Amino acid sequence: MTTVPYVEAHRRIARKRLTGFALLAGVIAYLVYIFFAFDMPGLAQRVRLDNAAILLRDTYSHRIQVTRDNRRDTTSVSVDGERNGQYPADRWPDWVQNAEGGTAINLTHGVTVRYEDDAVRMAVPDYGQITIIPAQSGIELFTPDGQIPEWISASDTRVAITRPEGRLTVTKARTETFRYFLGWPLFFFTTDSPFHYMTWTELARSALSSDRIVADQSNLSAMWHDFWYNPMWRHNAVAWAIFETLMMAFLGTMMGAMIALPLAFLSARNFGPSMPIRFAIRRVFDFCRGVDGLIWTIILARAFGPGPMTGALAIMLTDTGSFGKLFSEVLETTDSKQVEGLRSTGANALQRGRFGVIPQVMPVIASQILYMLESNTRGATVIGAIVGGGIGLLLTQAIQTQKDWEDVTYYIILVILMVMMMDGISGWIRRRLIKG
Amino acid sequence: MTDTAQIQDSYMAQVRRKRTYSTILLVVFVAMMASGFHLANDRNAGGFLAGIPRLFDFPAELLGEAFAKAANLPGLVWHYLPALVETLNIAAAATLIGAILGGFLSLMVTPGLAPFPRLVSPLRRVLDITRAVPDVVVALILIFMLSSGPVPAMIAIALHTTGALGKLFAEVNENADTKPVEGLQSVGAGWFQRMLLGVVPQVAPNWLSYALLRFEINVRASAILGFVGAGGIGAELKIAIGWGLGRYDAAAAIFILLFLTIMIIDQISGHFRHVLVKGRA
Repeated sequence: MTTVPYVEAHRRIARKRLTGFALLAGVIAYLVYIFFAFDMPGLAQRVRLDNAAILLRDTYSHRIQVTRDNRRDTTSVSVDGERNGQYPADRWPDWVQNAEGGTAINLTHGVTVRYEDDAVRMAVPDYGQITIIPAQSGIELFTPDGQIPEWISASDTRVAITRPEGRLTVTKARTETFRYFLGWPLFFFTTDSPFHYMTWTELARSALSSDRIVADQSNLSAMWHDFWYNPMWRHNAVAWAIFETLMMAFLGTMMGAMIALPLAFLSARNFGPSMPIRFAIRRVFDFCRGVDGLIWTIILARAFGPGPMTGALAIMLTDTGSFGKLFSEVLETTDSKQVEGLRSTGANALQRGRFGVIPQVMPVIASQILYMLESNTRGATVIGAIVGGGIGLLLTQAIQTQKDWEDVTYYIILVILMVMMMDGISGWIRRRLIKG
Repeated sequence: MTDTAQIQDSYMAQVRRKRTYSTILLVVFVAMMASGFHLANDRNAGGFLAGIPRLFDFPAELLGEAFAKAANLPGLVWHYLPALVETLNIAAAATLIGAILGGFLSLMVTPGLAPFPRLVSPLRRVLDITRAVPDVVVALILIFMLSSGPVPAMIAIALHTTGALGKLFAEVNENADTKPVEGLQSVGAGWFQRMLLGVVPQVAPNWLSYALLRFEINVRASAILGFVGAGGIGAELKIAIGWGLGRYDAAAAIFILLFLTIMIIDQISGHFRHVLVKGRA
């Protein structure tokens, strides 16, 4: 008879082990199903690795391009090919020179490109000189050995030379040379600002000196103006967008809490006036939470138009539901002695709530509000992307242009910092509240 | 007599000071709310007061058209079911992947359990960052690289889930009893064996409960990501309510599907979470 529990134990352990393996098999089977349901094999062919490369390079480097309009015969130097990043004709970088009979461009490792009247010549050490003639009949390419290496792609209408030192493209309309540099371009000052051409020490010196570079303005304020209204990075607009996002989160959370608190009193078992009202209010809370934030956002955007207030109202509606539930649970755990004491002194319902209940629940409620504010800061970025407000809007716009990846990186870093800052602040206040 | 008078004076002074502080805080708060609301109202395309009467226009129009074409609804619900399944699959796969990665990382960042104590702090920062990046951003960037479809959304949500669950799981791990781990160590078990047999059985109920809660959140996130460009029911919704060509019966069908799905998932997961945390009632 003593062997029976033994056998029983073995059987149970075997069953547990089997359950474990079944669970594992289930997870693997599901992932395999997902693999095919999401068409991962097909995805492998659709992956745009070239896009990934562009994205990655843009996040940490930029290019300066020298462009010649072949029809009008004008040459310009600009950052990332943007109009805001054009260098004035007299302040080209020193590796681009207007020499006799054309423009000379020095890339790294001794590679040079010359824009001449009739041809573009690229000299590559250890390889020789490549000549490209953009004639009307078609683009002619001459390499030293007559062969075309794999880093040159050539057709009648376009020749592109891609090398680690830089990139040269020639079409009938234009000739472009790219040279790559580390870092984000023109983050502080754009090329039309005199401060762009100064080193850090020169900047510090001119900030302290009284020789005015821009008339009617002290150097420091001129610097600040050029930085703050930088047309490429638009620091003022970005700062405003961050503020707008925080404002959406703050307004939405606080309005939600203010609406939910009185309603929570009505729906708490120990304060609610009657069963039907309690039940009705609880269903309202469930409805607010249950309808997805996305649906609220769409409905509100139809009524109020896109903007930060629509976002704040959407946050408010979902939060009213969550807060209502949380607050009424907190209220149900309060001690009724204080309330009874106040009642014995003749306090009315409002006074009983203010002096008997609020002091008991305030720390918990405040910490819940802060917690929600924290998560709403994240949520406001997403809602901003849908309703068109705040940093969320800037981010989606920058992503959709599909070329300003340095901006995207910048905004993402700002969002991360913003969220971490809010986490830090709210965590600090919550710890203070709990300690008292 | 003077003693009690002094005590009363200092008490009243304290009360007065507290009241002044409360009043100042209240005034600052009200001013912040009022000016913030005013500012938000100014920046909005439509004003608050102008919008209030229009608040029910869209729902009314939507419901009106849905009622007028009520016969279509079952068909439409059936039509959008595959999109809903895709949205749910995105959420489920992302939760699963995120929970597996988060569970692994949470063990790596729990002091006392971590195999490489030096990595605890840097890995915690990594988790912080994956949590802080909004999933929309990751999804949009991935759409650029992978072209639109469910995979970018899945990766984006999984990344966020890893960060969120990693942190929550680590908090659970900290409360785990280390005795089983020590016992396993004394018989020569490796790190994986110690974690799998010593820690995971202790924390599994709480982990599962958090993962279920995360699944609820992820279903919503996956619907939103569809709206922004990844596939699923969100994408269908965006087409259905598009300005001008609004097909509100379709939109109503999608709203119904979303609402019911979220309600059902919340109920089921709430029930299971209750069982997991409180034990079988």
